[in-house]
Amino acid sequence: MLKELVLLFLIVFAGTGGELCVTRAMKKLGEVKDFRPASLARTIFRVLGVGWMWLGVALMALAFFSLLGMLSLESVSFVVPVTALNYVAGALGGKFFLGERVMGRRWAGVFLVCIGVTCVFFSRR
Amino acid sequence: MSSSKVTVEERQDMAPMSTPHHHSGRHFKTYFLILLVIIFSPLGNVLLSTGMKEVGPMTFHSASQFFGVFAQVFTSGAIWLGIASLFVYFISYMLVLSWADYSYVQPATAMGYVIVALLGHFVLHETVTPLRWIGISLIFLGVLVVGHTPPRTTEHR
Repeated sequence: MLKELVLLFLIVFAGTGGELCVTRAMKKLGEVKDFRPASLARTIFRVLGVGWMWLGVALMALAFFSLLGMLSLESVSFVVPVTALNYVAGALGGKFFLGERVMGRRWAGVFLVCIGVTCVFFSRR
Repeated sequence: MSSSKVTVEERQDMAPMSTPHHHSGRHFKTYFLILLVIIFSPLGNVLLSTGMKEVGPMTFHSASQFFGVFAQVFTSGAIWLGIASLFVYFISYMLVLSWADYSYVQPATAMGYVIVALLGHFVLHETVTPLRWIGISLIFLGVLVVGHTPPRTTEHR
């Protein structure tokens, strides 16, 4: 039980944290407008110089391995729904880390996700 | 060589004709990519699950055990297929988001939660209790509601 909770925590927070860091790195770089291979390669090369990108990728890798660990312990119809907590962490992270305005409607959706995840969590045998 | 060229051209000709609409090409592209998102995200997770069930519960009591598990994970065909599926999903999702609204694509993501439970039940023979179905339905609804909010709030007003 404790192991599952730790893995879930890592999947949700490392996953969302990773995406937030990658978003921050990409915003720092500016909008990608040129999709020709040479300039895409240059974009990739430039993004490697942004520290947030490295942190983001490391966190996403950690989340992926935690997901594998969780799937080795639990059924997929349990694991995937509980990772919907990403929406909760995403709303909080967007608000406090990226300064996005999260409106009432979105909080209502996040609340529904929370109740749903709670139901799924207690459906564990 | 020339025959394969012809089939590609035929396909490109047929796609826009299938829907008599002004922007039918873009519509077809959008539906096709959303279909890929709906199929490959749950499929990837189911394949990863299959692979990990073969590897067995992850335990890290010693370093050698850790590397043993690591080696097993990365020699499993199911895991690689799962990673490939998630890669297809990720690319399709990114591409479709480059022109379609986030709130338009969001229902597809929400559907993934239902499909993964259906696959778990019918393909992997997992027990999905009524409480779990209720939870999954609530998550589906929640994701739909989240998707129905403006996709950008940092510049408006």
